[in-house]
Amino acid sequence: MKRKKKWYDYLWIASLTYLILGFFNILCAWLGLLCFFIPLAIAVIKGNKAYCNKYCGRGQLFSLIGGRFGLSRKKDIPGWMRSGCFRYGFLIFFFVMFFLMLWNTWLVFAGAKNLGTVVTLLWTFKLPWHWAYHGALFSDGVAQFAFGFYSVMLTSTILGFLTMVLFKPRSWCVYCPMGTMTQLICKAKNITGQPR
Amino acid sequence: MAKRKASVSIRECVACGCCIKVCPRNAITVPHGIHAVIDRELCIGCGKCAKECPASIISLEVTEE
Repeated sequence: MKRKKKWYDYLWIASLTYLILGFFNILCAWLGLLCFFIPLAIAVIKGNKAYCNKYCGRGQLFSLIGGRFGLSRKKDIPGWMRSGCFRYGFLIFFFVMFFLMLWNTWLVFAGAKNLGTVVTLLWTFKLPWHWAYHGALFSDGVAQFAFGFYSVMLTSTILGFLTMVLFKPRSWCVYCPMGTMTQLICKAKNITGQPR
Repeated sequence: MAKRKASVSIRECVACGCCIKVCPRNAITVPHGIHAVIDRELCIGCGKCAKECPASIISLEVTEE
């Protein structure tokens, strides 16, 4: 009984397109907010992880490259990486870095800092990215957020890619901050006994 | 006769749902986004979910039925 492909089985194309668009116009990075708000909205309103379970394009991309194309050792992820400590620790780290990025955006909005046309990989390596910058809307802060947000997306894709190669294709799902967060929301909703 | 059935380590499950997609019997759900649940009536113990699970927390258990 083979499952029939649904429209959402092709969302990996959207994820791939998103990554490519960032090389041409950095302002497209704003679209990535969808990957933040949709899973949260589904978790808060519907109280489930339908986003992870069905729609996540990044997960599909990893299972395609790691699974179908075989770019994965398909080994077990180390025990510590699936522990609560690591998952919640990574979520907190991710949050802190995200707020630093927002703070940086604010500084540019307020005019206290100049726009940096760089993409920061793994929170460390600054890559020149000026070719994807063709002017910002309203304020330089708009572009600064785009650079910051794209850095977050590219960094997490690289981490996911590395663990895909080393372990199972969708190893990223184990420590994905959005996944951890939506699972926490679902758990919290279940404890408080809200409509299921 | 001894049969094999998939079993989820509930505490460690990240509820990603990778297992749902590979199950040939549609025996897996993730109710309320908390952890995967396997319908033991439907499970045929093929082990595809255990292989797919990125956290490797699904195992095959022998049951006497």
